Amino acid sequence: MEARRNKKNEVTLKPPIASVGILGWMRKNLFSTPLNTILTLIIISLFWFSILPFLRWALIDASWLPGANCKESGGACWSVISSNYKMILFGFYPQDILWRPITAILMLITLLFISRNRNYWNSFLGYAWGISLVIIGILLKGGIFGLESVEIEKWGGIILTLLLSVFGLTAAYPLGVILALGRQSRMPMIKTFCVFYIEFIRGVPLISLLFMSSVVFPLFLPKGFAIHAVLRAQVAIIMFTAAYIAEVVRGGLQGMNKGQYEAADSLGLNYSQTMRLIILPQALKIVIPPSVSILISAFKDTSLVVIIGLYDLLKTTKTALSEPKWMGFSTEAYIFLAVIYFICCFFMSTYSRKLEKELNTGLE
Amino acid sequence: MAITIYQKNSKPISFWYDPDKRSILYQVGAVCLLTFVAWYLISNTLINLERQSVTTGFGFLNKEAAFEIGESLVSYSAVDRYAKALLVGFLNTLLVSFIGILLTVILGTIIGIARLSKNWLVKKCAGVYIELFQDIPILLQLFFWYALFNEMLPSPREAISPFKGLFLCNRGLIFGIPQSHPVHVYMAIAFLIAIIAIVILKKWAAKRQNSTGQIFPVFYTSTALIVGLPLICWLIGGAPTDMNIPELKGFNFKGGIGVSPEFTALLLGLVLYTAAFVAEVVRAGIQSVSKGQTEAAMAIGLKPGQVLNLIVLPQALRVIIPPLTSQMLNLTKNSSLAVAIGYPDFVSVAGTVINQTGQAIEGVMLIMVVYLFFSISTSAFMNWYNKKMAIVER
Repeated sequence: MEARRNKKNEVTLKPPIASVGILGWMRKNLFSTPLNTILTLIIISLFWFSILPFLRWALIDASWLPGANCKESGGACWSVISSNYKMILFGFYPQDILWRPITAILMLITLLFISRNRNYWNSFLGYAWGISLVIIGILLKGGIFGLESVEIEKWGGIILTLLLSVFGLTAAYPLGVILALGRQSRMPMIKTFCVFYIEFIRGVPLISLLFMSSVVFPLFLPKGFAIHAVLRAQVAIIMFTAAYIAEVVRGGLQGMNKGQYEAADSLGLNYSQTMRLIILPQALKIVIPPSVSILISAFKDTSLVVIIGLYDLLKTTKTALSEPKWMGFSTEAYIFLAVIYFICCFFMSTYSRKLEKELNTGLE
Repeated sequence: MAITIYQKNSKPISFWYDPDKRSILYQVGAVCLLTFVAWYLISNTLINLERQSVTTGFGFLNKEAAFEIGESLVSYSAVDRYAKALLVGFLNTLLVSFIGILLTVILGTIIGIARLSKNWLVKKCAGVYIELFQDIPILLQLFFWYALFNEMLPSPREAISPFKGLFLCNRGLIFGIPQSHPVHVYMAIAFLIAIIAIVILKKWAAKRQNSTGQIFPVFYTSTALIVGLPLICWLIGGAPTDMNIPELKGFNFKGGIGVSPEFTALLLGLVLYTAAFVAEVVRAGIQSVSKGQTEAAMAIGLKPGQVLNLIVLPQALRVIIPPLTSQMLNLTKNSSLAVAIGYPDFVSVAGTVINQTGQAIEGVMLIMVVYLFFSISTSAFMNWYNKKMAIVER
């Protein structure tokens, strides 16, 4: 090994080539032991034999344009998406006024992006949310300001998926907080009811609640009184999500120091003041990250409404696929949907992790 | 007692400011409201049912079902009663959940450990897997696998056969099994005896170690017992090697055991989805045991196997088991999505029954009772486990 003398006349040795740079990194992280070497080689060969053919199928041999003849090319048929994307994304919404749902969705996304930054969390943002949700509702429904009215039956695709999850969570959150407070209550009747409700809902699958909303709920209503299926499913989703939120909020309430309650008592605050001013602001802050995970699962769970026949993203895709021309190309359509869901959920979960880190350092 | 004197001298507290009385009032109000809502809904329901001339009650369970079920663990035909049909669905749910949980725990543990691997490639692959499968709705995954089975796999005539006796085609997975032989019964008995022997052996070894300090190689002896006893039985019985290998007859396979594409797609979807969550649970559990524990155990001279068995696992499992059980429960609840791809699980059969009889309330009630049964038994187990594993503080 080459030895050199530096200015202070000390001997310095160059680090061995095999322990620095790319080579060193590879030796340390990929080939450190015989077992690791074998694992690395197995994974690389798996990539070679599965990912490369997949990429070839998905990108090189694929047909992209609506007019392409899919049956002849050996690759993926993305034409199924490019020919049907309006149907898949917006369902039966009238095609000439698609600017309305697109504006609504853009508004929602903008709001979500603004809400990402914790510096903007104030009452103004709350009002902005309230007003925007109303505007989104007007944009979608129409009927006033000279906008053409669109029936709820025609809302479909991504509109329905987003509405069910966003409205579901906004309505479920207050309900969940009330249930959590009820579960902590000293009044035995109210406590029993809340415990029963939360445990019951968490014990049954969402699909049974959706069945209930589609076949049993109409029986509950007096004659001549009907609620639209979308709304009924929305109620089921709200009831379902509320129970899970209640458990998360309860975790936050139990994490509160007893001194907080005592301090509030000694100040002479009553129950609602204690909760509103002291406990909930702190407890809800702790539970923001798990609440985002509930938002993620609520977003994923809206796909279940396809089973009771509502036109969410999954159902509109199935409808587009039912055309004989597209028989045998559902894999491509499902991959497209998976990409949409993945992007949305990935953003949310990354955000939740970032928030968790921020809040943790803030507290300690 | 300053407080009592103060209360004696002051006027009695007014009704509205006494927290006890007020709480009674609130509760009476809440109960009244609930009763009223319940009464209103029930009376509406009764009127509606009368108008549709549906008789309430579970009497319909004794009627003839008149529909076929694709897959069944017990013999079932269309002339059987609704109750039998529901039982078939229940058993199918149990089957897919049981196998699913078994595979999920194995796969999830492997991926969870891989997530902590020192090998960069292995670690990243596990991370990508976890993120990818957690972020795609389970229903979409089920549709995807089912479509893949139906569209990408060949017909039985051109079935893929990686080795003799295993066929993969759009009718599902078909594989050969050993031809049934009387010696199999004895092998099963030998297996049970081996398990009982291992339990006794373990107790005896622990006792001996406590009194003499000598360690008995329990693991090797157990392995020898559990493999050896059935093997000896098999050899004594004449070592029958006949296999029941599926053969293509006409348009489908005869012989062997076939697993339908619905079942395979459901199982695959559930296992891959839940394993991503289990992997995170396992990773968190392993990370919860601080490194000092391992180092301390090695410092007092325990072997690597003992470090894992006596120090790391008992502590990690305390963290892992509670969320793991809730993931198992999730898998069981998610198996109800079988209805979307046509596997006859309990929800799917109950849905058919509701459509045929119009007994919607009873049908949905049955679904809820079955799943509540699963979740209550799980939480009963959890309570027992938490009590058993709670750290005994001095």
